[in-house]
Amino acid sequence: MTETGSSRSGRFKVPRVVISAVLLAILFALYISIQPRGFSTYVLTIWSNQGLLLALAAIAQFFVVLVRGIDLSVGPMIALTNVVASYLISGSPAQVALGVVLVMVVGIGCGLLNGLAVVVGRIPPIVATLALGSLYSGVALLLRPTPGGAIDETLSDALTYDVYGVPTALIALAIVLILVAIPLRRSRFGMSLYAIGSSRDASVMTGIRVPQMTLAAYSLGGFFAALAGLYVSMLTLTGDPNIGPSYTLNSIAAVVIGGVALSGGVGSPLGAALGAFILKTISALMFFSNLPPLAQPFFEGAILAIAIVLGSLGMLRVRSRLERFL
Amino acid sequence: MSAPSSSTADSGRKASWGVDRSVVILLIASIVVLAGAALESPGVLSVNYLLQQLQIASIVGILATGAMLVILLGQIDLSVPLTITGTAILATSLAGSGNPTLAFIAIPAGLAGGLLIGAVNGLGVAIFRIPAMVWTLAVNAMLLGITVFYTSGAKPAGAPPPLMVFLARERTLGIPNAFLLWLVVGALVLFMLRRTVFGNYIYALGQSPRALFLAGAPVERIIVGVFALAGLLSSLGGLLLVGYANQAYQGMGDSYLMPVIAAVVLGGTSIFGGSGNYSGTFMGAIFITLLASVLSLMQVPDALRQMVFGAIILAMLLIDRARRAP
Repeated sequence: MTETGSSRSGRFKVPRVVISAVLLAILFALYISIQPRGFSTYVLTIWSNQGLLLALAAIAQFFVVLVRGIDLSVGPMIALTNVVASYLISGSPAQVALGVVLVMVVGIGCGLLNGLAVVVGRIPPIVATLALGSLYSGVALLLRPTPGGAIDETLSDALTYDVYGVPTALIALAIVLILVAIPLRRSRFGMSLYAIGSSRDASVMTGIRVPQMTLAAYSLGGFFAALAGLYVSMLTLTGDPNIGPSYTLNSIAAVVIGGVALSGGVGSPLGAALGAFILKTISALMFFSNLPPLAQPFFEGAILAIAIVLGSLGMLRVRSRLERFL
Repeated sequence: MSAPSSSTADSGRKASWGVDRSVVILLIASIVVLAGAALESPGVLSVNYLLQQLQIASIVGILATGAMLVILLGQIDLSVPLTITGTAILATSLAGSGNPTLAFIAIPAGLAGGLLIGAVNGLGVAIFRIPAMVWTLAVNAMLLGITVFYTSGAKPAGAPPPLMVFLARERTLGIPNAFLLWLVVGALVLFMLRRTVFGNYIYALGQSPRALFLAGAPVERIIVGVFALAGLLSSLGGLLLVGYANQAYQGMGDSYLMPVIAAVVLGGTSIFGGSGNYSGTFMGAIFITLLASVLSLMQVPDALRQMVFGAIILAMLLIDRARRAP
């Protein structure tokens, strides 16, 4: 279980996260150079806010992919928690706090339900999360057929502006990454997740409680989807049941770009977050390039597709074609 | 591939060639749904209403035929929505172009478009070994981008090809043409699945890609072929939808993904691939259509209908799992 996946013949390989970070730095420099306003706290804040949003979705996807699953309900969960937030996050500070807790509970509940369908129901993750995702977006649409509702503006302001020139979003992301990355690398729980993704059978033999750990991974997925849903609410100040679809594919593409293997067991939350920021920077670049606005959805789709193809190019290098059919 | 390793344990469950259990169950379920609806509004038992249901079921059925072929491989095609919309917009804009030559090739072009989309899906899965759900989702996003660019986000101009209107809306000897077309398509696919080497390969590939590869079968070509065929069938369904609705519009395919997968899964085709009968898919399409129609008769909102389809898929897979359990 090496960070870089299949390291060949002992040659030194640059860690994948470093490659992603360098790529992001180049893209960001390019973005600043064509952004008409140049570098300013304002530009940095907008960029960080958008990036954090997708990064949270990507971390949600990361936990599920880590245990060799896939979560097609990330988008629907974000939409549902966003809609729930639009009902609950307003009023007195105590009400707002309770609202945030309830939104998180909804997210964890959805994630847990996904996990139960996969672990207890033994339904393949694709179909389980696809079907449950249709339930979540259905509930979101029933709760709020058209966008609306209100979000507490004090909380929104606190989370979407900057502190002494540093965007709050970047600070929040740093805190989230530290809180997640250390236990993931240092605790038995974290190592168990990597082990399950690397080899389920070996994990069972080692005595890892695979079902419980898998459930926990899916629940963490729901938790981070709820954080993303909350953050959408902070950015838009409304609840919109239709925001989901693009987040599912974007979160998958982000983890692939960030060096998380779809076959499980490889990758880090930092990688997923970097992948998310890379994607957001590319779409920001397109926004300020001379592409016709109507052509942008196609290029965004094409970039996602190319990213996914590049991420899976490792398969082309397998020595024996038989290895492909494991 | 994405299925847990334990799933191969049920590979001994061979498709039975007699009358399938799920066909009988679906037949009974259809009658129950109709009877329940008849209590509410007796009109549903009229011959005309039932023939109209067959007409709509033919569209779902042809789409489900394509989805079934992919699911038999143990894969899934999530690009169905935009394959429908994309090829529909292509065909209507050619048919409505006013140029007789272009109008003449409208239907072949639409079908060729579907075949091409399917081949792209298959190439990503077979050559790049990208998990089908991720790749087809990315293809779906690119197609969405292309249709948005082409239509400039407005309602697409054009006219439905007259032949498709004839096939989708007219009746011959009192029987909807769409249903006759479905019977022809179904018979061809049934023949292919049961009597040709290609059909055997499809089942074998779903059972064990590794074994089929070792047996010397051209596994990659089979995967591309099946996805291409599925794309063709999706576009045929899309063209029928054009004839039925008398137009093509953005988002016309969106509400078909869940019911189509539900029809296949209800029909007893294993989501792990390798087993399933066409008769099951046939009845599955009819049942799903009746259910959708009765739900809309009861003025159930679309969000709730999608939830019902999702719940049906989950319930079926849970029942299937209980049956398989030792």
